[in-house]
Amino acid sequence: MLKEIRPAILILVLLTLITGLAYPLAMTAIAGAVFPKQAEGSLIERDSKVIGSALIGQEFKDDKYFHGRPSATSAPDPADATKTVPAPYNAANSSGSNLGPTSKALNDRVKEDVDKLKAENASAPVPIDLVTTSGSGLDPDISPEGALFQVPRVAKARHLPEERVRQLVADNTAGRLGGLLGEPRVNVLELNLALDAAAK
Amino acid sequence: MTAIGWIQILLFCAVIVALVKPLGGYMTRVFNGERTFLSPILRPVEAGIYWIGGVDEKREQHWLTYTVAMLLFHVGGFLILYAVLRLQAVLPFNPAGQSAVAEDLSFNTAISFITNTNWQNYGGESTMSYLVQMLGLTHQNFLSAATGIALAMALIRGFSRSSMRTVGNFWVDVTRCTLYVLLPICVVYTLFLVWQGIPQTLGAYVDATTLEGAKQTIAVGPVASQVAIKMLGTNGGGFFNVNAAHPFENPTALSNFVQMLSIFLLGAALTNVFGRMVGNQRQGWAILAVMGVLFIAGVAVTYWAEANGTSALSALGLTGGNMEGKEVRFGIVASSLFAVVTTAASCGAVNAMHDSFTALGGMIPLINMQLGEIIVGGVGAGLYGMLLFVVLAIFVAGLMVGRTPEYVGKKIEAREVKMAMLAILVLPLMYLGWTAVAVVLPSAVASMANAGPHGFTEVLYAFTSATGNNGSAFGGLTGNTFFYNLTLAASMFVGRFFMIVPAMAMAGSLAGKKSIPPSAGTLPTTGGLFVGLVVGVILIIGGLTFFPALALGPIVEHLAGNANNLF
Repeated sequence: MLKEIRPAILILVLLTLITGLAYPLAMTAIAGAVFPKQAEGSLIERDSKVIGSALIGQEFKDDKYFHGRPSATSAPDPADATKTVPAPYNAANSSGSNLGPTSKALNDRVKEDVDKLKAENASAPVPIDLVTTSGSGLDPDISPEGALFQVPRVAKARHLPEERVRQLVADNTAGRLGGLLGEPRVNVLELNLALDAAAK
Repeated sequence: MTAIGWIQILLFCAVIVALVKPLGGYMTRVFNGERTFLSPILRPVEAGIYWIGGVDEKREQHWLTYTVAMLLFHVGGFLILYAVLRLQAVLPFNPAGQSAVAEDLSFNTAISFITNTNWQNYGGESTMSYLVQMLGLTHQNFLSAATGIALAMALIRGFSRSSMRTVGNFWVDVTRCTLYVLLPICVVYTLFLVWQGIPQTLGAYVDATTLEGAKQTIAVGPVASQVAIKMLGTNGGGFFNVNAAHPFENPTALSNFVQMLSIFLLGAALTNVFGRMVGNQRQGWAILAVMGVLFIAGVAVTYWAEANGTSALSALGLTGGNMEGKEVRFGIVASSLFAVVTTAASCGAVNAMHDSFTALGGMIPLINMQLGEIIVGGVGAGLYGMLLFVVLAIFVAGLMVGRTPEYVGKKIEAREVKMAMLAILVLPLMYLGWTAVAVVLPSAVASMANAGPHGFTEVLYAFTSATGNNGSAFGGLTGNTFFYNLTLAASMFVGRFFMIVPAMAMAGSLAGKKSIPPSAGTLPTTGGLFVGLVVGVILIIGGLTFFPALALGPIVEHLAGNANNLF
């Protein structure tokens, strides 16, 4: 049994160096050369300043922008480091709400959001993705229904014809992969960038 | 539920079944020490490792030596990981300036990763440096997976050999598994994931100014290389707090589909390796069929429950299923399927928050883990877990007809059945026992995020996940407390080693037995009767063990929810 101690140390060290350093560092070098954009986080620049990542949602509150889903992410409370405060779309601290199906807190929050959205647009049923938090708190997408629901508000705030805004939503809607995998969706940041570009 | 949803599920199953045979053939050659198409590149590396390590690859080990080697390997891995966690503040590759991880959290995390559990009482992007993610966590993802597969090989050899004292060489099995199976797949897989959008960089977190002018700090890192092995090795430990729900860990529907495939890939292929090594591939297909029956049943329930949503959401006029805690790009079906896959295997990665699933939708992942993660299961661990149940099922069948039971030519006798029962009984003792302790301790109850029966389910889920070495969570529970760090670590430890050591003892005793040819009185173990028998034994043993606990958690929550009771 004692002769197993030498391999236990040496093979462990060798495999540790191969899998823990050589492999991730080599992959970093190769990925950076082959897919530099994705490897850095699919960052989007406007006027040579980073305005976000195509894959990470960000918070939109202004009426003239499409809004993403509610986000349950938080940040440390500046006044008391042991507590946290809500900080939607905090991309340095991903988190879901973790509220269960019979949670009163969840039900109250959803009800409040539903009432707000009904006041904004009474002509369509409220899409569920607009009143539920995502798993990551960083969901970059909303459903096509969720985007179309917001068209009247955005069009009014921007003094654009609704038809024009609806067309932008359609242009920014991605379908299922091969008509099969995933769900139809609209990337909120890209849609809002298209809106800003159309306004110019 | 929609037709396109079911097509996605069936496509997933079809691809897995199609990959089982070719990969099984390749892995069989690897573990028999035969040449493969990668040998020209990898053989010199392999030989160099044996030379430095002082290993004679021709010398096989007795099951006890094999087990001791495996345990020593774990001890070393634990020490390296614990040291890296405690020292991360003074080590390189730490652009976010993460401070040293606390003692109890380091202990919990080190146990968690050496046992292939990857339970996480921390958020990755807010706690761990890049060095810890690579040298500490990615490395254990490889080695705990390789260990699991090595042990499964030892048990398979126990069944396939006749009158031998040895079950293989642990160092050779681990090295070959890492070099020939895990690494090559991960290299290709990492590049695929980066192409899909997963970052792979050592650069610091990015500061962005959003369209509305707010500051957003975006965590990045060497993510893709870790995600590849966390899925392939059924480890499941996320780079980020929310794991595969994070757009940087799982950016597209395609990355999601491939990640689900890679969770099942090796575990499913091992059933074929088993069949080939015992000389009849149909033995492997029969085991895969048992897994398949239980899997499809679980998917159907979770998909149905999530697509139906909850009474509370319906009452507000919302339709389209339960989207709380789910991502738009995955929707109901890919989230439900992922949840069942990750808990059937002992992966534990999540692409949606299980804590926010409906009561019944979240019960299936819990049941999958309580059955011992034998539906494909963890790499290696799933197969030896399933073989324990097969031994038990054969024993029960033998009792019914009054003959000494036998399986693939080996007589199943008292020692095998005792070892199987030890492994099967010790798991519920852990998760039911600790849950009982936790719910009477006020400090432990304070960790629950949800009130009512859902809070109980959070605790039960945590100990089940830890004992089953799964690592997924009802994430609302605050696990980073002294009590949970230690008790969850104890559950992970017992769940891993009290499964492994009896399985190895069984391997040793089986290898020493003579192989006997089937006779007219032998129960055929390749047909529907056998599949039905094993499924029945699994459900009866499982049901009797944990049904009462489920009744207090998800079942009562489902009934309360339907009666519009909120907590």
